[in-house]
This record gives sequence, structure tokens and C-alpha cells, in this order.
Amino acid sequence: MKKTLATTVPAALIALGLASVASAEIKIGASVSATGPAAFLGDPEAKTLEMLVEEINAKGGINGEKIELVLYDDGGDPNKARTFATRLIENDEVQAIIGGSTTGTSMSILSVAEDAEIPFISLAGAIDIVQPVKPYTFKTPHTDRMACQKIFEDMQKRGIETIGMISGTDGFGASMQAQCKDVAGEYGIKIAADETYDPKDADMTAQLTKIRNTEGVQAVLNPGFGQGPAIVTRNYRQLGIELPLYQSHGVASDGFIELAGKDAVEGVRLPGTALLVADLLAEDDPQKPVVMAYKTAYEERHNEPVSTFGGYAHDGFALLVDALTRAGSAEPEAIRDALEATSALVGTTGVYTMSAEDHLGLDLSAFRMLEVKGGTWSLVE
Amino acid sequence: MSELLQFLFSGLTVGAVYALVALGFTIIYNASDVVNFAQGEFVMLGGMITWFAYQAGLPLPLAALVAILATAALGVTLNKLAIEPARGAPVVSLIIITIGASVFIQGAAQQVFDKQIHSFPAFSGDTPLRVLEATIQPQSLWVIGGALVVFVGLWLFFTRTLIGRAVLATSNNRLAAQLVGINTNFVMTLSFALSAGIGALAGVLATPITLTAYNVGIGFALKGFAGAMLGGMGNPKGALVGGFLIGLIEALTAGYLSSTYKEAVAFVVILLVLFFMPQGLFGSKSTERV
Repeated sequence: MKKTLATTVPAALIALGLASVASAEIKIGASVSATGPAAFLGDPEAKTLEMLVEEINAKGGINGEKIELVLYDDGGDPNKARTFATRLIENDEVQAIIGGSTTGTSMSILSVAEDAEIPFISLAGAIDIVQPVKPYTFKTPHTDRMACQKIFEDMQKRGIETIGMISGTDGFGASMQAQCKDVAGEYGIKIAADETYDPKDADMTAQLTKIRNTEGVQAVLNPGFGQGPAIVTRNYRQLGIELPLYQSHGVASDGFIELAGKDAVEGVRLPGTALLVADLLAEDDPQKPVVMAYKTAYEERHNEPVSTFGGYAHDGFALLVDALTRAGSAEPEAIRDALEATSALVGTTGVYTMSAEDHLGLDLSAFRMLEVKGGTWSLVE
Repeated sequence: MSELLQFLFSGLTVGAVYALVALGFTIIYNASDVVNFAQGEFVMLGGMITWFAYQAGLPLPLAALVAILATAALGVTLNKLAIEPARGAPVVSLIIITIGASVFIQGAAQQVFDKQIHSFPAFSGDTPLRVLEATIQPQSLWVIGGALVVFVGLWLFFTRTLIGRAVLATSNNRLAAQLVGINTNFVMTLSFALSAGIGALAGVLATPITLTAYNVGIGFALKGFAGAMLGGMGNPKGALVGGFLIGLIEALTAGYLSSTYKEAVAFVVILLVLFFMPQGLFGSKSTERV
């Protein structure tokens, strides 16, 4: 399970107070869910981390020091994640940890890292990870609350005030449903119909018929993940509903268009990241070079399309490299301080500016409002 | 009115999928009293193998045939490698073996295929059929038709054919069945092949509607099992009615009450039925054995 990259050196010696020696190596720990039910998150994350570490070592490392990555696969199990976090800190003596593909595993790692005062960059969605702010914990993915805000902002622009929601009952759908309901009032949006479906359901026409027959509904929002949103979209067209349909960032991938079918998915809007529409970004877009570099390298090496999730790992690693470069030291305390001082760091998910009150550092501009036109994504201005 | 019709269409679509899965449970149960929890994996394999064969360039009907035959062969393998060696074991142990097989098949599928969600084109296009303001996908008719055909086939098999009766006899008393000259090993092999084939057929027909991925099997198995229990385990008529009933209850609850309670209502109905009729709607009490 344990993979080490770069040349192995007697790292234990370094940790004995010799970390400032010029030839010393920086040790970064990672625990992601490369297998198991969350493998769709952890698998691209692990591949991304391995690729980036190799890349940076080939270029001579950070401030002349090579990076060693200690990577564990927690299989999505929070208990394993806790064990690996402890092992990373006590046995492998890493200076920082990236990982926690799911909210559950992130919460486990977080408590261990905070106790040991080791900086931890989480790759999971929940806002609870960085709110309230914990001194050593940071995270890269935007939250589902931000996705709701982005969608409502777009609805506001189109003059939509009353909507119907149909949400999956899985963790992702339920969490986003709650966040959207919580934040809708701020945008003057009323949720007139609130339906749910089980992620394994084969047909949602009953729920959609109910929403269609609800007085005043001007648009429909579907927070969900996996096959559910594809089936909702198909049923939506089957019923001939003409209202705008919004999906969530949970299905922001080319696979979604393919699954739901090009005809059914036409006109659907959702908030996605720059990574998904790398080719469409304006030449002067600050994210363009970063996104293109990552996309090209990843797709060349792994022969599969990049995913938003791999992008989270890319950004976590970029934050760490940036912090290490500025700190000029691999002391956990110095890395933490540098992470918190991150300013305008361009990642694939967005542009990060951290502060003592904000350990996520993204604003709504991290999301791009996308619309399917002619069977492919396009940017909504 | 069109609203009610739409809910009924939704219920029939979902119910037909449940019924097809439920029908797959009946043969193995009739031959051995074992509830085969790997049945859902056969459904998953039907969809996944078809998709991969279709991607590889086979025409869809041929891809579907390959999937059904391959899954039937896997059912036979499962019987030879896992069930037959444990023949003397109590039924509960055999059921646990099928749960293990289900976990194994799912894990293997994740490695052999991939972790993505897939779908292939509906057999008769995607243009919904309109009936009085309500709509239904042509593929739903394929699933409903498939469920009916499998039902009639099974009913004829168990009541009109010698080999079908041999299956029932094996279930009743294996030793007595052997004494009258029934090759019980062959009966078991056959029932696994048929069950797996019917499961794969369900996957082939349902995938354009439900989509498929390596992990969809458990969901299918649970709903199909619920349908089979409601109707009466082992009775094809029960499986058919039970599956459709659960689908209709879910859709009507979602439409008229709230989608939050649709599964709860379905399971309350199942509990009530089983409380007053422990054999299910069509299960006969005569299956009790000494």
C-alpha cells in the first residue's frame, strides 16, 4: 500500500532536528480513498499527487530540496484514515498532510493533525472542515453552499423567483439541498416544491409531474450525484417541461452529457470549474495556463479525462509548494503560517487567497456558470 | 386525470424492473430454497457486459446475447465453485455464500470493467409516447413486455415441462427426487444458468432507463427481493405482481403524498402484508415441509 517516490533517504535522521540542512528532503503525507466507494474521488487524486511530485522533483525540487510523497489508500474508511494520519505523523514524520477524499475521512485526519500541529489540506467538500477555522486545517474544494449561491445568482439575473427542487437523498444531494434552502432567502428565491429521490431510482416522472403542477414554479434545481441527475434530465424532457433546468457541480463532467443524452441535456445549466471548460477560457484568463498544463499532463499520462476531484489534489499540492517556497523552511509551523498567508494563488478550482479567518480562500468566481449548447459545454456570460 | 396516468406510467416502468429482478429469484429458490443475493449482480453484469460488447463494436442485439450467455455461464460457475461444494450446509449458510459471491462479483466488475456509469441506446428510440397528456418511454414497454414474457415462460416451465417439475421436486426433497431418477446436480446447474440469464436479461432491458455501473446490483437485488417476498417467494405470479405493486405504490406515494415517504410507504405495505399473510400474496402454505 505504501508508495514512496524520489530517492529514499534516512528520513528519520532528518527529523531529529536536522530539517534545515540543505540536502534534507521534504516529506509530504497523503491519505486518499483510491479504492472503495469513494474511489471516483480518490483515484484521480492519488494519480495527480504522484504525477505532480515526480514533475517537481524532475525540476529540482523546492528550494533545492526534493519532495518525498508517502501515500496511503484509506478506502474511504474514516477509521483507516485516522490510523494512516497517525502513522504519517509518528512513523513517517511528514511535515504536512494532503488528503481526506471524503468529509468523513477528512474529519478523522483533521483531529489527528490538529493535535500534532501538522498542517493538513483537505480535499473534501463540507464547509464544517474549515468552519469554524482550525489553526492547521485548510481545504481546496469549493462548498455546496457556494454552488447554491452561484446558481441563485444566475437565476436572479434571469428574473426567476420561484423554483422547484428535486434532490437525491444521498449525502451529496441532501447536504446541498439543505444549503440551498438555507441560502435561497438571501437571493429572494422561494422554493415552492421540494421533492427527493433515492439515488438508485429508475424513474422520477412522478416527482417532476408534481413540481410541474406546482403553482408559479419558474425553474427546477436538481442537487444530485451519479446517475440520478441523468435520469431526472431525461424524464424532464420526456414530460416536455420547458422551464430552465439547473444541475449541480456534482455532475459537471462530459460523462453527464453522454449519459443523459445530447438532446435531453440541451439548455441545462450548472456551476462548474474552469477545468471542465479549459479550452473555452479566454486567453487572458488567469486560470488558463494552470488548467491547461494540468489537463494536458494528466490526460497524456493516464489516458483518461481530468476530473474536478483530481483538480482539488492539484490545488492542494500547489498551495503546499507555494507555502514551502515562501516559508523557506520545512518546519510544520512555518508551513502553516505560509499557507495562511497564501495570496492570489491560481489553481484549477479557483484563485486562492487565505487569511486567518478563511482557510478555503475561494469566492464565487471559482465557479463558472455553464450551459449545454449543441451537446457540449459553453460559458454563460 | 393525466396526472394519475403519469404516476401510473412511472410506477409501471419502475415496477417492471423490480418484477424482472424478482422473477430471477424464483428458479434458484424453487430448486434449493436459497435466496440468491447475487441475483442483483447478474442484472448488473447484463448491463455492463452489453455496454462493453457494444463499445467494442458488436451490434446491440448481439452484445445483449453475449451478455446473457456470459452471465448464465457465470451463474453455472458460481454454482459449481461455491454452492455445490457446500451442499450439505444449512440454507442460511448457502444464502450467506451468495452474499459473499455478490461482494466478490461487484469487486471483480470494478476491476475488469471500470467505475463509470454507462448506458446504451434505447431499443426503439427516445421519443416518448403520448397517451392523454401523459408520456411513457418506449423502453418502458420493452421492460414491461420482457417481464410478462419471462413470467409466462416461467409459468409454463414450472407447470408444463418435466424438467420444471423436476426442479420443484428437487426443492421438495432432494433424496426422493434422486430416487425417482432426477439428476439433482443437473437441476441445480440449470437453475443457476436460467436465473443468471433472466437477471442479465433484466439488466439488458432496464439499462437504457436505469443506467448501469459496477455497484447497481445491490439496489436491484433489494427491491427485487422485496417484490418477490410481497408476492410470495418462489411463485412467478407473485414475483410479477409484487414487483409491479411496489413500483406503483412508490410512484403514487411520490405523486400524491411526498417523495420523502415513498420508500417508507412501500415497506410499510410489505410489512403489513407479511404480517397477515406470512407466505406473501400468492405463496402457498403447502410449501411447508417436514
